[in-house]
Amino acid sequence: MAALEIVNVEKRYKSLQALGGVTLSIEAGEFFGLLGPNGAGKTTLISIIAGLNRADAGTVSILGHDVVRDYREARKRLGVVPQELVFDPFFTVRETLRMQSGYFGLKNNDKWIDEVMANLDLTNKADTNMRALSGGMKRRVLVAQALVHKPPVIVLDEPTAGVDVELRQTLWKFITRLNREGHTIVLTTHYLEEAQALCNRVAMLKSGKVVALDSTSALIKRISGSQLVVRLANGTLPDGLKPLVSHPDELVSGNKYTLRVNEYTDVEPILAKLREAGGVIEDMQLQQADLEDVFIQIMEGEK
Amino acid sequence: MIGFRTLFYKEVLRFWKVATQTITAPILTAMLYLLIFGHVLEEHVQVYPDVRYTSFLIPGLIMMSVLQNAFANSSSSLIQSKITGNLVFVLLPPLSHWELFGAYVLASMVRGIAVGAGVFLITAWFAKLTFAAPWWIVIFALLGAGILGTMGLIAGIWAEKFDQLAAFQNFLIMPATFLSGVFYSIHSLPSFWQTVSHFNPFFYMIDGFRYGFFGQSDVNPLISFSIVSVFFVLLAAFAIHLLKSGYKLRH
Repeated sequence: MAALEIVNVEKRYKSLQALGGVTLSIEAGEFFGLLGPNGAGKTTLISIIAGLNRADAGTVSILGHDVVRDYREARKRLGVVPQELVFDPFFTVRETLRMQSGYFGLKNNDKWIDEVMANLDLTNKADTNMRALSGGMKRRVLVAQALVHKPPVIVLDEPTAGVDVELRQTLWKFITRLNREGHTIVLTTHYLEEAQALCNRVAMLKSGKVVALDSTSALIKRISGSQLVVRLANGTLPDGLKPLVSHPDELVSGNKYTLRVNEYTDVEPILAKLREAGGVIEDMQLQQADLEDVFIQIMEGEK
Repeated sequence: MIGFRTLFYKEVLRFWKVATQTITAPILTAMLYLLIFGHVLEEHVQVYPDVRYTSFLIPGLIMMSVLQNAFANSSSSLIQSKITGNLVFVLLPPLSHWELFGAYVLASMVRGIAVGAGVFLITAWFAKLTFAAPWWIVIFALLGAGILGTMGLIAGIWAEKFDQLAAFQNFLIMPATFLSGVFYSIHSLPSFWQTVSHFNPFFYMIDGFRYGFFGQSDVNPLISFSIVSVFFVLLAAFAIHLLKSGYKLRH
Protein backbone atom coordinates (compact mmCIF):
# COMPACT_ATOMS: atom_id res chain seq x y z
CA MET A 1 0.00 0.00 0.00
CA ALA A 2 1.26 3.46 -0.89
CA ALA A 3 2.18 5.79 1.96
CA LEU A 4 0.65 8.64 0.03
CA GLU A 5 -1.69 8.18 -2.92
CA ILE A 6 -2.65 11.36 -4.75
CA VAL A 7 -5.09 10.86 -7.61
CA ASN A 8 -6.12 13.59 -10.06
CA VAL A 9 -6.19 16.34 -7.48
CA GLU A 10 -7.51 19.65 -8.76
CA LYS A 11 -7.77 22.97 -6.97
CA ARG A 12 -8.85 26.32 -8.31
CA TYR A 13 -8.74 29.71 -6.58
CA LYS A 14 -11.14 31.87 -8.59
CA SER A 15 -9.34 32.36 -11.90
CA LEU A 16 -6.14 30.62 -10.84
CA GLN A 17 -5.74 26.91 -11.43
CA ALA A 18 -3.50 26.03 -8.49
CA LEU A 19 -3.49 22.29 -9.15
CA GLY A 20 -4.50 20.84 -12.47
CA GLY A 21 -4.89 17.10 -11.96
CA VAL A 22 -1.92 15.98 -9.88
CA THR A 23 -1.35 12.23 -9.57
CA LEU A 24 1.48 10.87 -7.44
CA SER A 25 2.05 7.65 -5.59
CA ILE A 26 4.68 7.65 -2.86
CA GLU A 27 5.71 4.31 -1.42
CA ALA A 28 6.29 3.62 2.26
CA GLY A 29 9.90 4.28 3.25
CA GLU A 30 10.65 6.71 0.43
CA PHE A 31 12.45 10.01 0.87
CA PHE A 32 10.51 11.97 -1.70
CA GLY A 33 11.23 15.47 -2.99
CA LEU A 34 8.48 17.77 -4.19
CA LEU A 35 10.17 20.55 -6.13
CA GLY A 36 8.98 23.51 -8.10
CA PRO A 37 9.22 27.28 -8.30
CA ASN A 38 7.15 29.56 -6.04
CA GLY A 39 3.49 29.33 -6.94
CA ALA A 40 3.83 25.88 -8.52
CA GLY A 41 1.22 24.48 -6.11
CA LYS A 42 3.45 22.62 -3.64
CA THR A 43 1.96 24.19 -0.52
CA THR A 44 -1.59 23.86 -1.87
CA LEU A 45 -0.96 20.16 -2.43
CA ILE A 46 0.45 19.76 1.09
CA SER A 47 -2.55 21.63 2.55
CA ILE A 48 -4.90 19.22 0.80
CA ILE A 49 -2.91 16.22 2.05
CA ALA A 50 -3.05 17.66 5.59
CA GLY A 51 -6.77 18.47 5.49
CA LEU A 52 -6.12 22.21 5.81
CA ASN A 53 -7.72 22.72 2.44
CA ARG A 54 -10.10 20.69 0.30
CA ALA A 55 -9.56 19.59 -3.26
CA ASP A 56 -12.14 20.51 -5.89
CA ALA A 57 -11.69 17.08 -7.45
CA GLY A 58 -9.59 13.98 -6.94
CA THR A 59 -8.63 12.03 -3.82
CA VAL A 60 -5.72 11.78 -1.41
CA SER A 61 -5.15 8.88 0.93
CA ILE A 62 -2.51 8.27 3.56
CA LEU A 63 -1.66 4.60 4.05
CA GLY A 64 -5.05 3.72 2.59
CA HIS A 65 -7.09 6.26 4.57
CA ASP A 66 -8.90 8.96 2.61
CA VAL A 67 -8.04 12.40 4.01
CA VAL A 68 -11.68 13.59 3.85
CA ARG A 69 -13.88 10.54 4.47
CA ASP A 70 -11.53 8.84 6.92
CA TYR A 71 -9.77 11.97 8.19
CA ARG A 72 -9.16 10.78 11.74
CA GLU A 73 -7.19 7.70 10.72
CA ALA A 74 -5.43 9.64 7.94
CA ARG A 75 -4.32 12.49 10.23
CA LYS A 76 -3.04 10.11 12.91
CA ARG A 77 -0.56 8.83 10.34
CA LEU A 78 0.62 12.21 9.12
CA GLY A 79 3.01 14.77 10.58
CA VAL A 80 3.33 18.15 8.86
CA VAL A 81 5.94 20.84 9.39
CA PRO A 82 4.27 23.98 8.06
CA GLN A 83 6.22 26.52 6.05
CA GLU A 84 5.12 29.54 8.12
CA LEU A 85 6.90 30.04 11.43
CA VAL A 86 3.86 29.86 13.72
CA PHE A 87 3.68 29.33 17.48
CA ASP A 88 1.35 29.76 20.44
CA PRO A 89 2.78 32.53 22.64
CA PHE A 90 0.95 31.35 25.76
CA PHE A 91 3.01 28.22 26.35
CA THR A 92 6.48 26.82 26.97
CA VAL A 93 8.17 24.36 24.61
CA ARG A 94 7.27 21.36 26.78
CA GLU A 95 3.66 22.50 27.22
CA THR A 96 3.38 23.00 23.46
CA LEU A 97 4.66 19.49 22.75
CA ARG A 98 2.57 17.83 25.45
CA MET A 99 -0.53 19.51 24.11
CA GLN A 100 0.20 18.58 20.52
CA SER A 101 0.67 15.02 21.69
CA GLY A 102 -2.67 15.15 23.50
CA TYR A 103 -4.49 16.40 20.40
CA PHE A 104 -3.33 13.20 18.72
CA GLY A 105 -4.85 11.19 21.55
CA LEU A 106 -1.57 10.31 23.26
CA LYS A 107 -1.11 10.39 27.00
CA ASN A 108 2.13 9.78 28.91
CA ASN A 109 4.20 10.52 25.85
CA ASP A 110 7.03 12.26 27.75
CA LYS A 111 9.64 9.68 26.88
CA TRP A 112 9.27 10.28 23.15
CA ILE A 113 8.86 14.05 23.66
CA ASP A 114 12.19 14.09 25.55
CA GLU A 115 13.81 12.07 22.77
CA VAL A 116 12.52 14.42 20.07
CA MET A 117 13.71 17.44 22.05
CA ALA A 118 17.12 15.88 22.58
CA ASN A 119 17.47 15.08 18.87
CA LEU A 120 16.58 18.63 17.90
CA ASP A 121 18.78 20.23 20.60
CA LEU A 122 15.76 21.64 22.40
CA THR A 123 16.27 20.05 25.81
CA ASN A 124 17.68 23.13 27.54
CA LYS A 125 14.82 25.25 26.16
CA ALA A 126 12.09 22.87 27.38
CA ASP A 127 10.73 25.30 29.97
CA THR A 128 11.23 28.48 27.96
CA ASN A 129 8.18 30.32 26.70
CA MET A 130 7.74 30.13 22.92
CA ARG A 131 7.85 33.94 22.67
CA ALA A 132 11.39 33.99 24.05
CA LEU A 133 12.84 31.63 21.42
CA SER A 134 14.86 32.70 18.40
CA GLY A 135 13.52 31.99 14.91
CA GLY A 136 15.71 28.92 14.53
CA MET A 137 14.55 27.51 17.87
CA LYS A 138 10.91 28.12 16.97
CA ARG A 139 11.53 26.21 13.73
CA ARG A 140 12.88 23.27 15.76
CA VAL A 141 9.73 23.28 17.89
CA LEU A 142 7.61 23.22 14.72
CA VAL A 143 9.49 20.13 13.60
CA ALA A 144 9.12 18.55 17.04
CA GLN A 145 5.37 19.24 17.00
CA ALA A 146 5.03 17.39 13.72
CA LEU A 147 6.89 14.37 15.10
CA VAL A 148 5.27 14.17 18.50
CA HIS A 149 2.90 11.34 17.51
CA LYS A 150 5.59 9.36 15.61
CA PRO A 151 3.75 9.64 12.30
CA PRO A 152 4.66 7.06 9.64
CA VAL A 153 4.37 9.79 6.98
CA ILE A 154 6.20 13.08 7.55
CA VAL A 155 5.77 16.12 5.30
CA LEU A 156 8.26 18.97 5.57
CA ASP A 157 7.31 22.15 3.73
CA GLU A 158 10.54 24.12 3.21
CA PRO A 159 11.88 23.31 6.67
CA THR A 160 15.28 24.85 6.03
CA ALA A 161 14.24 28.20 4.56
CA GLY A 162 16.26 30.84 6.39
CA VAL A 163 17.78 28.34 8.78
CA ASP A 164 21.43 28.23 9.89
CA VAL A 165 23.83 25.43 9.01
CA GLU A 166 23.78 23.88 12.48
CA LEU A 167 20.01 23.42 12.53
CA ARG A 168 20.03 22.15 8.97
CA GLN A 169 22.53 19.45 9.92
CA THR A 170 20.74 18.55 13.16
CA LEU A 171 17.45 18.34 11.30
CA TRP A 172 18.70 16.16 8.44
CA LYS A 173 20.51 13.83 10.81
CA PHE A 174 17.28 13.23 12.70
CA ILE A 175 15.06 13.02 9.62
CA THR A 176 17.35 10.58 7.81
CA ARG A 177 17.38 8.45 10.95
CA LEU A 178 13.58 8.40 10.98
CA ASN A 179 13.63 7.53 7.27
CA ARG A 180 15.99 4.62 7.95
CA GLU A 181 13.60 3.44 10.65
CA GLY A 182 10.84 3.24 8.04
CA HIS A 183 9.14 6.66 8.11
CA THR A 184 8.15 8.05 4.73
CA ILE A 185 9.45 11.57 4.18
CA VAL A 186 8.06 14.12 1.73
CA LEU A 187 10.16 17.24 1.41
CA THR A 188 9.70 20.50 -0.41
CA THR A 189 12.70 22.77 -0.66
CA HIS A 190 14.28 25.41 -2.84
CA TYR A 191 17.75 24.10 -2.00
CA LEU A 192 18.21 21.59 -4.77
CA GLU A 193 21.51 20.26 -3.49
CA GLU A 194 19.60 19.29 -0.36
CA ALA A 195 16.98 17.44 -2.38
CA GLN A 196 19.70 15.77 -4.45
CA ALA A 197 21.53 14.58 -1.34
CA LEU A 198 18.46 13.33 0.52
CA CYS A 199 15.67 12.32 -1.85
CA ASN A 200 15.62 9.01 -3.65
CA ARG A 201 12.77 10.18 -5.89
CA VAL A 202 11.68 13.60 -7.04
CA ALA A 203 8.57 15.15 -8.56
CA MET A 204 8.78 18.54 -10.20
CA LEU A 205 5.70 20.68 -10.18
CA LYS A 206 5.03 23.61 -12.45
CA SER A 207 1.81 25.65 -12.63
CA GLY A 208 -0.07 22.96 -10.77
CA LYS A 209 1.09 20.05 -12.93
CA VAL A 210 3.68 17.32 -12.47
CA VAL A 211 6.28 17.95 -15.19
CA ALA A 212 8.86 15.39 -14.08
CA LEU A 213 8.71 12.35 -11.85
CA ASP A 214 11.63 9.99 -11.55
CA SER A 215 14.39 8.76 -9.28
CA THR A 216 16.88 11.49 -8.51
CA SER A 217 19.69 9.65 -10.26
CA ALA A 218 17.65 9.03 -13.41
CA LEU A 219 16.70 12.72 -13.53
CA ILE A 220 20.31 13.79 -13.31
CA LYS A 221 21.24 11.33 -16.05
CA ARG A 222 18.71 13.06 -18.30
CA ILE A 223 21.20 15.86 -18.57
CA SER A 224 24.14 14.67 -20.57
CA GLY A 225 26.99 13.87 -18.23
CA SER A 226 28.88 17.09 -17.58
CA GLN A 227 29.15 20.75 -18.31
CA LEU A 228 32.09 22.76 -19.48
CA VAL A 229 32.08 26.28 -18.10
CA VAL A 230 34.35 28.69 -19.99
CA ARG A 231 34.99 32.38 -19.53
CA LEU A 232 36.39 34.16 -22.58
CA ALA A 233 38.79 37.07 -22.26
CA ASN A 234 37.78 38.33 -25.69
CA GLY A 235 35.77 37.18 -28.67
CA THR A 236 32.35 35.57 -28.68
CA LEU A 237 31.14 32.02 -28.86
CA PRO A 238 31.30 30.61 -32.41
CA ASP A 239 27.86 29.77 -33.87
CA GLY A 240 28.77 26.08 -34.05
CA LEU A 241 28.90 25.92 -30.24
CA LYS A 242 25.74 27.89 -29.49
CA PRO A 243 23.41 24.82 -29.48
CA LEU A 244 25.47 23.39 -26.59
CA VAL A 245 24.77 26.29 -24.24
CA SER A 246 22.53 25.09 -21.41
CA HIS A 247 21.51 28.51 -20.01
CA PRO A 248 20.10 30.59 -22.92
CA ASP A 249 20.61 33.84 -20.94
CA GLU A 250 24.35 33.43 -21.38
CA LEU A 251 24.05 34.03 -25.14
CA VAL A 252 22.55 37.45 -24.51
CA SER A 253 25.03 38.89 -22.09
CA GLY A 254 28.39 38.21 -20.50
CA ASN A 255 31.39 36.22 -21.51
CA LYS A 256 30.71 33.08 -19.50
CA TYR A 257 29.18 30.04 -21.17
CA THR A 258 27.99 26.69 -19.82
CA LEU A 259 28.26 24.02 -22.49
CA ARG A 260 26.89 20.50 -22.35
CA VAL A 261 29.43 17.73 -22.96
CA ASN A 262 28.47 14.07 -23.24
CA GLU A 263 31.93 12.60 -22.91
CA TYR A 264 35.27 14.00 -21.80
CA THR A 265 36.51 13.47 -25.36
CA ASP A 266 34.05 16.20 -26.45
CA VAL A 267 36.09 18.81 -24.59
CA GLU A 268 39.08 18.99 -26.94
CA PRO A 269 37.04 19.71 -30.14
CA ILE A 270 35.18 22.49 -28.29
CA LEU A 271 38.45 24.11 -27.23
CA ALA A 272 39.74 23.79 -30.79
CA LYS A 273 36.67 25.56 -32.19
CA LEU A 274 37.12 28.35 -29.65
CA ARG A 275 40.76 28.83 -30.65
CA GLU A 276 39.85 28.91 -34.34
CA ALA A 277 37.33 31.67 -33.65
CA GLY A 278 40.07 33.65 -31.89
CA GLY A 279 38.66 33.24 -28.41
CA VAL A 280 41.06 33.42 -25.46
CA ILE A 281 40.02 31.34 -22.45
CA GLU A 282 40.33 33.23 -19.19
CA ASP A 283 38.88 30.55 -16.93
CA MET A 284 37.59 27.03 -17.44
CA GLN A 285 35.87 24.38 -15.32
CA LEU A 286 34.42 20.96 -15.95
CA GLN A 287 31.35 20.36 -13.78
CA GLN A 288 29.14 17.36 -13.14
CA ALA A 289 25.50 18.10 -13.92
CA ASP A 290 23.32 18.26 -10.83
CA LEU A 291 19.66 18.42 -9.93
CA GLU A 292 19.71 22.19 -10.28
CA ASP A 293 20.65 21.92 -13.96
CA VAL A 294 17.90 19.38 -14.50
CA PHE A 295 15.47 21.64 -12.67
CA ILE A 296 16.36 24.66 -14.79
CA GLN A 297 16.21 22.65 -17.99
CA ILE A 298 12.82 21.15 -17.15
CA MET A 299 11.32 24.43 -15.99
CA GLU A 300 12.58 26.26 -19.05
CA GLY A 301 11.49 23.46 -21.34
CA GLU A 302 7.98 23.81 -19.94
CA LYS A 303 7.73 27.52 -20.69
CA MET B 1 -11.52 11.77 24.35
CA ILE B 2 -7.89 12.62 25.10
CA GLY B 3 -7.85 15.03 22.16
CA PHE B 4 -10.97 16.79 23.41
CA ARG B 5 -9.66 16.94 26.98
CA THR B 6 -6.33 18.35 25.86
CA LEU B 7 -7.94 21.08 23.79
CA PHE B 8 -10.30 21.93 26.66
CA TYR B 9 -7.35 22.07 29.06
CA LYS B 10 -5.38 24.25 26.65
CA GLU B 11 -8.29 26.66 26.24
CA VAL B 12 -8.70 26.97 30.02
CA LEU B 13 -4.96 27.38 30.55
CA ARG B 14 -4.90 30.05 27.85
CA PHE B 15 -7.24 32.40 29.73
CA TRP B 16 -5.95 31.35 33.15
CA LYS B 17 -2.42 32.45 32.26
CA VAL B 18 -3.75 35.98 31.69
CA ALA B 19 -6.30 35.92 34.50
CA THR B 20 -5.80 39.60 35.37
CA GLN B 21 -7.23 40.50 32.01
CA THR B 22 -9.73 37.67 31.61
CA ILE B 23 -11.08 37.26 35.17
CA THR B 24 -10.13 40.15 37.46
CA ALA B 25 -10.80 43.00 35.02
CA PRO B 26 -14.38 42.01 34.19
CA ILE B 27 -15.11 41.52 37.91
CA LEU B 28 -13.90 45.06 38.55
CA THR B 29 -16.07 46.39 35.69
CA ALA B 30 -19.14 44.72 37.16
CA MET B 31 -18.31 46.24 40.57
CA LEU B 32 -18.17 49.70 39.02
CA TYR B 33 -21.58 49.21 37.42
CA LEU B 34 -22.96 48.17 40.79
CA LEU B 35 -21.45 51.12 42.65
CA ILE B 36 -22.55 53.72 40.13
CA PHE B 37 -26.00 52.45 39.10
CA GLY B 38 -26.71 51.19 42.60
CA HIS B 39 -25.82 54.57 44.09
CA VAL B 40 -27.76 56.63 41.55
CA LEU B 41 -30.88 54.48 41.28
CA GLU B 42 -31.21 52.85 44.68
CA GLU B 43 -33.73 55.43 45.96
CA HIS B 44 -35.59 55.88 42.68
CA VAL B 45 -36.30 52.45 41.30
CA GLN B 46 -38.17 49.57 42.84
CA VAL B 47 -38.84 46.72 40.47
CA TYR B 48 -40.29 44.03 42.69
CA PRO B 49 -41.93 44.66 46.06
CA ASP B 50 -39.53 43.91 48.94
CA VAL B 51 -36.50 43.84 46.63
CA ARG B 52 -34.13 46.81 46.79
CA TYR B 53 -32.72 48.03 43.46
CA THR B 54 -29.14 47.03 44.32
CA SER B 55 -30.31 43.49 45.05
CA PHE B 56 -32.29 43.46 41.82
CA LEU B 57 -29.27 44.65 39.88
CA ILE B 58 -26.78 42.07 41.16
CA PRO B 59 -28.13 38.96 39.35
CA GLY B 60 -28.33 41.00 36.16
CA LEU B 61 -24.71 42.04 36.49
CA ILE B 62 -23.60 38.49 37.29
CA MET B 63 -25.39 37.13 34.23
CA MET B 64 -24.08 39.94 32.03
CA SER B 65 -20.53 39.07 33.12
CA VAL B 66 -21.12 35.37 32.46
CA LEU B 67 -22.45 36.08 28.97
CA GLN B 68 -19.86 38.63 27.88
CA ASN B 69 -16.91 36.59 29.10
CA ALA B 70 -18.14 33.33 27.63
CA PHE B 71 -18.40 35.11 24.28
CA ALA B 72 -15.03 36.80 24.65
CA ASN B 73 -13.25 33.52 25.37
CA SER B 74 -14.04 31.40 22.34
CA SER B 75 -14.13 34.34 19.94
CA SER B 76 -10.79 35.85 20.97
CA SER B 77 -9.06 32.48 21.17
CA LEU B 78 -10.12 31.60 17.64
CA ILE B 79 -9.39 34.95 16.04
CA GLN B 80 -5.95 35.11 17.69
CA SER B 81 -5.13 31.60 16.50
CA LYS B 82 -6.34 32.44 13.02
CA ILE B 83 -4.38 35.65 12.76
CA THR B 84 -1.15 34.29 14.25
CA GLY B 85 -1.57 31.12 12.21
CA ASN B 86 -1.25 28.71 15.12
CA LEU B 87 -4.77 27.38 14.52
CA VAL B 88 -2.96 24.92 12.26
CA PHE B 89 -1.92 22.98 15.39
CA VAL B 90 -5.58 22.29 16.12
CA LEU B 91 -6.54 21.64 12.50
CA LEU B 92 -3.79 19.10 11.75
CA PRO B 93 -4.63 16.55 14.50
CA PRO B 94 -7.51 14.07 14.23
CA LEU B 95 -9.91 16.22 16.30
CA SER B 96 -13.53 15.85 15.20
CA HIS B 97 -15.95 18.76 14.82
CA TRP B 98 -17.70 17.53 17.99
CA GLU B 99 -14.47 17.68 19.95
CA LEU B 100 -13.61 21.15 18.64
CA PHE B 101 -17.09 22.41 19.49
CA GLY B 102 -17.13 20.81 22.94
CA ALA B 103 -13.68 22.01 23.97
CA TYR B 104 -14.09 25.62 22.83
CA VAL B 105 -17.59 26.03 24.24
CA LEU B 106 -16.90 24.27 27.53
CA ALA B 107 -13.78 26.36 28.16
CA SER B 108 -15.82 29.50 27.43
CA MET B 109 -18.42 28.34 29.92
CA VAL B 110 -15.72 27.85 32.55
CA ARG B 111 -14.48 31.39 32.04
CA GLY B 112 -18.00 32.87 32.02
CA ILE B 113 -18.98 31.00 35.19
CA ALA B 114 -15.65 31.87 36.88
CA VAL B 115 -16.17 35.58 36.26
CA GLY B 116 -19.84 35.32 37.26
CA ALA B 117 -18.87 33.56 40.50
CA GLY B 118 -16.29 36.27 41.20
CA VAL B 119 -18.85 39.02 40.63
CA PHE B 120 -21.28 37.17 42.88
CA LEU B 121 -18.77 36.75 45.73
CA ILE B 122 -17.80 40.41 45.68
CA THR B 123 -21.19 42.04 45.06
CA ALA B 124 -22.88 39.84 47.65
CA TRP B 125 -21.26 42.11 50.27
CA PHE B 126 -23.21 45.10 49.03
CA ALA B 127 -26.76 43.82 49.27
CA LYS B 128 -28.89 41.08 50.71
CA LEU B 129 -29.55 38.29 48.24
CA THR B 130 -32.10 35.51 48.48
CA PHE B 131 -32.02 32.19 46.68
CA ALA B 132 -35.62 31.28 45.99
CA ALA B 133 -34.89 28.59 43.37
CA PRO B 134 -31.12 27.88 43.25
CA TRP B 135 -31.37 25.25 40.48
CA TRP B 136 -32.72 27.82 38.09
CA ILE B 137 -29.67 29.96 38.87
CA VAL B 138 -27.37 27.12 37.91
CA ILE B 139 -29.35 26.05 34.84
CA PHE B 140 -29.63 29.55 33.37
CA ALA B 141 -25.98 30.36 34.10
CA LEU B 142 -24.87 27.19 32.30
CA LEU B 143 -27.21 27.67 29.35
CA GLY B 144 -26.35 31.35 28.99
CA ALA B 145 -22.63 30.61 29.09
CA GLY B 146 -23.09 27.79 26.58
CA ILE B 147 -25.04 30.01 24.19
CA LEU B 148 -22.54 32.85 24.30
CA GLY B 149 -19.59 30.44 24.07
CA THR B 150 -21.21 29.04 20.93
CA MET B 151 -21.86 32.51 19.53
CA GLY B 152 -18.22 33.37 20.19
CA LEU B 153 -17.19 30.23 18.32
CA ILE B 154 -19.36 31.17 15.34
CA ALA B 155 -18.07 34.76 15.37
CA GLY B 156 -14.48 33.51 15.63
CA ILE B 157 -14.94 31.17 12.68
CA TRP B 158 -16.57 33.88 10.60
CA ALA B 159 -14.33 36.85 11.41
CA GLU B 160 -11.07 37.27 9.54
CA LYS B 161 -9.90 40.41 11.31
CA PHE B 162 -10.14 41.84 14.81
CA ASP B 163 -12.42 44.69 13.69
CA GLN B 164 -14.96 42.23 12.26
CA LEU B 165 -15.05 40.51 15.62
CA ALA B 166 -15.34 43.85 17.40
CA ALA B 167 -18.30 44.72 15.15
CA PHE B 168 -20.00 41.45 16.10
CA GLN B 169 -19.41 42.25 19.75
CA ASN B 170 -20.37 45.95 19.66
CA PHE B 171 -23.36 45.78 17.32
CA LEU B 172 -24.88 42.48 18.38
CA ILE B 173 -23.73 41.17 21.73
CA MET B 174 -23.50 44.46 23.65
CA PRO B 175 -26.91 45.88 22.61
CA ALA B 176 -28.62 42.50 23.10
CA THR B 177 -27.15 42.26 26.62
CA PHE B 178 -27.81 45.84 27.67
CA LEU B 179 -31.36 45.77 26.30
CA SER B 180 -32.23 42.49 27.97
CA GLY B 181 -33.16 43.81 31.39
CA VAL B 182 -29.84 43.77 33.19
CA PHE B 183 -30.55 47.18 34.71
CA TYR B 184 -34.35 47.24 34.62
CA SER B 185 -37.48 45.16 34.40
CA ILE B 186 -39.00 45.22 30.93
CA HIS B 187 -42.35 45.98 32.59
CA SER B 188 -41.04 49.48 33.13
CA LEU B 189 -40.76 49.92 29.34
CA PRO B 190 -43.40 51.26 26.94
CA SER B 191 -45.42 48.38 25.51
CA PHE B 192 -43.72 48.55 22.09
CA TRP B 193 -40.30 48.00 23.63
CA GLN B 194 -41.69 45.29 25.88
CA THR B 195 -42.76 43.44 22.74
CA VAL B 196 -39.38 43.98 21.12
CA SER B 197 -37.63 42.66 24.24
CA HIS B 198 -39.55 39.40 23.90
CA PHE B 199 -37.66 38.73 20.67
CA ASN B 200 -34.33 39.05 22.45
CA PRO B 201 -33.14 35.65 23.68
CA PHE B 202 -30.80 37.36 26.15
CA PHE B 203 -33.85 38.72 27.96
CA TYR B 204 -35.01 35.17 28.82
CA MET B 205 -31.56 34.18 30.07
CA ILE B 206 -31.40 37.09 32.49
CA ASP B 207 -35.04 36.93 33.50
CA GLY B 208 -34.85 33.20 34.25
CA PHE B 209 -31.57 33.64 36.11
CA ARG B 210 -33.07 36.41 38.24
CA TYR B 211 -36.08 34.21 39.03
CA GLY B 212 -33.67 31.83 40.75
CA PHE B 213 -32.83 34.57 43.25
CA PHE B 214 -36.14 36.30 43.89
CA GLY B 215 -38.77 33.78 42.84
CA GLN B 216 -40.23 36.62 40.76
CA SER B 217 -39.74 37.35 37.08
CA ASP B 218 -41.29 38.99 34.04
CA VAL B 219 -41.84 35.63 32.33
CA ASN B 220 -42.50 32.15 33.73
CA PRO B 221 -39.05 30.48 34.12
CA LEU B 222 -40.25 27.32 32.38
CA ILE B 223 -41.08 29.35 29.29
CA SER B 224 -37.70 31.10 29.49
CA PHE B 225 -35.98 27.74 29.90
CA SER B 226 -37.72 26.31 26.82
CA ILE B 227 -36.88 29.31 24.66
CA VAL B 228 -33.26 29.45 25.82
CA SER B 229 -32.79 25.69 25.35
CA VAL B 230 -34.17 25.72 21.81
CA PHE B 231 -31.96 28.71 21.00
CA PHE B 232 -28.90 26.87 22.31
CA VAL B 233 -29.66 23.71 20.34
CA LEU B 234 -30.13 25.71 17.12
CA LEU B 235 -26.91 27.66 17.60
CA ALA B 236 -24.95 24.55 18.53
CA ALA B 237 -26.23 22.72 15.45
CA PHE B 238 -25.20 25.66 13.29
CA ALA B 239 -21.72 25.89 14.86
CA ILE B 240 -21.14 22.13 14.49
CA HIS B 241 -22.25 22.34 10.87
CA LEU B 242 -19.72 25.14 10.24
CA LEU B 243 -16.93 23.12 11.87
CA LYS B 244 -17.87 20.00 9.92
CA SER B 245 -17.96 21.81 6.59
CA GLY B 246 -14.61 23.45 7.31
CA TYR B 247 -16.15 26.87 6.57
CA LYS B 248 -13.35 29.45 6.48
CA LEU B 249 -11.08 27.20 8.58
CA ARG B 250 -10.15 24.61 5.97
CA HIS B 251 -10.18 26.78 2.86
